[in-house]
Amino acid sequence: MECVFGFEGDGFVLLATDTSAVQSIVVQKTTEDKIMILDSHKLMALTGESGDRVQFSEYIQKNVLLYQFRNGIPLSTAAAANFTRGELAQALRKSPYMVNMMIGGFDKDTGPSLYFLDYIATLHKVEKGALGYGAYFILSLLDKYYHKDLSLSSALDLAYKCIAEVRSRLVVSPPNFVIKIVDKDGARELEWRKTVEDIAAIPAE
Amino acid sequence: MGLDFSGLEPPTIRASSSFPNLQPNILSSPSFELPSVKDLDGFEKAAVEMVKPVHGTTTLAFLFKHGVIVAADSRASMGQYISSQSVKKVLEINRYLLGTMAGGAADCQFWQRNLGTRCRLHELANKRRISVAGASKLLANTLYSYRGMGLSMGTMIAGWDETGPGLFYVDSEGGRIKGRLFSVGSGSTYAYGILDSGYHFHMSVDEAVDLGRHAIYHATFRDGASGGVASVYYVGPEGWKKIAGDDVSELHYKYYPVSQPVVEQEMVEILGYPPTGNLGDCSSIPIYRNVASS
Repeated sequence: MECVFGFEGDGFVLLATDTSAVQSIVVQKTTEDKIMILDSHKLMALTGESGDRVQFSEYIQKNVLLYQFRNGIPLSTAAAANFTRGELAQALRKSPYMVNMMIGGFDKDTGPSLYFLDYIATLHKVEKGALGYGAYFILSLLDKYYHKDLSLSSALDLAYKCIAEVRSRLVVSPPNFVIKIVDKDGARELEWRKTVEDIAAIPAE
Repeated sequence: MGLDFSGLEPPTIRASSSFPNLQPNILSSPSFELPSVKDLDGFEKAAVEMVKPVHGTTTLAFLFKHGVIVAADSRASMGQYISSQSVKKVLEINRYLLGTMAGGAADCQFWQRNLGTRCRLHELANKRRISVAGASKLLANTLYSYRGMGLSMGTMIAGWDETGPGLFYVDSEGGRIKGRLFSVGSGSTYAYGILDSGYHFHMSVDEAVDLGRHAIYHATFRDGASGGVASVYYVGPEGWKKIAGDDVSELHYKYYPVSQPVVEQEMVEILGYPPTGNLGDCSSIPIYRNVASS
């Protein structure tokens, strides 16, 4: 089952998600990247039906970029999160997008920031958070081990701890995870944590 | 993203004064009479269910070194009834693109033919063939715009474009996943078992075709809603080619030939029995002899 979490650290935001694409009882794919890079300094990690997830995140990404092209300056993380909330709230009474997400970003003046946004368009500014069934295991871990000013390496250790807990305690635990961060140097992929390889992957020569 | 319903609107008829005899209701928008049933929602739900004949299916597709293999069974069932044993579940979109059919037959056929025309229009407009990624996204966007309206499709779009072989899974919930190995339908779990255990990236085309056929055969063996013919297609740089179409019941006897059953006990008459002497008439009593021990 789906599992997304993230937290702020010292000068960065870390986001992690499982990478399973599931259809009823079948795992169709174990390398599906569910963290969208919105622009150079913003990440969006989503859970939800695959159709809504892709359509909504691409729609937001394109509009965030459009704003940048039109105005010559990028949206701040707060502005992007509030824009996303607005779009979700508008859709809610027509045909809702069944997506929950965490938005992380880095701004020059305010530093790192993290937002929690669910499908009924509640937006929270948080320093740590989790979504999906994994949240039931991860939230307590974050409560106990998270503190402000986490260094990158201790943040990664905490992420590993969360992933290990989900893998060992959640019945329908996903095998693979991806971890991304955003800091002053931009948004980027850090690491894939895999226990299962795609059987049909092109083998390394 | 709204749907364009402008084609459904009635043609504008102006100036009713110049047509005084015009019936008054001709200007109202066309509508169907509601079916005269008590439970309209339930009726509509049942009606939607009724037009989905190919519910039990096995289809699969995978990428390997030399291209893509696409395979499917050919059975259509309506509940417990097998309505056809000769359904084409691999749809030929154009020379380089194949689609598979699971879910609603009409939905798959209609929207993949629609996709075919749009791919051709793309070719005419851009003077180059559409990519597999592009074609699958056209379909996914169409299906997404109809989400929640009762479409039922689970399809794989496979083909060859400028970047090489491509494979995407697209469904009626609007999902679109790029992948290297997929199976869709009620028999998909059985097919996955065979595919996962027998797959190697460096297979020859013959081995890959064989793997696809085996996977379909084993799925039809265990899944009652799958059966008929296992058709296998190969997509290479020159486009797709139908490689095989084998009746799965013939495949069964090919893969598992009937052997003489081992007889553990056999009835024999022992010569010289009954021994001469007055034992009465015992010649009709069978004598069992253990063949294994003799």
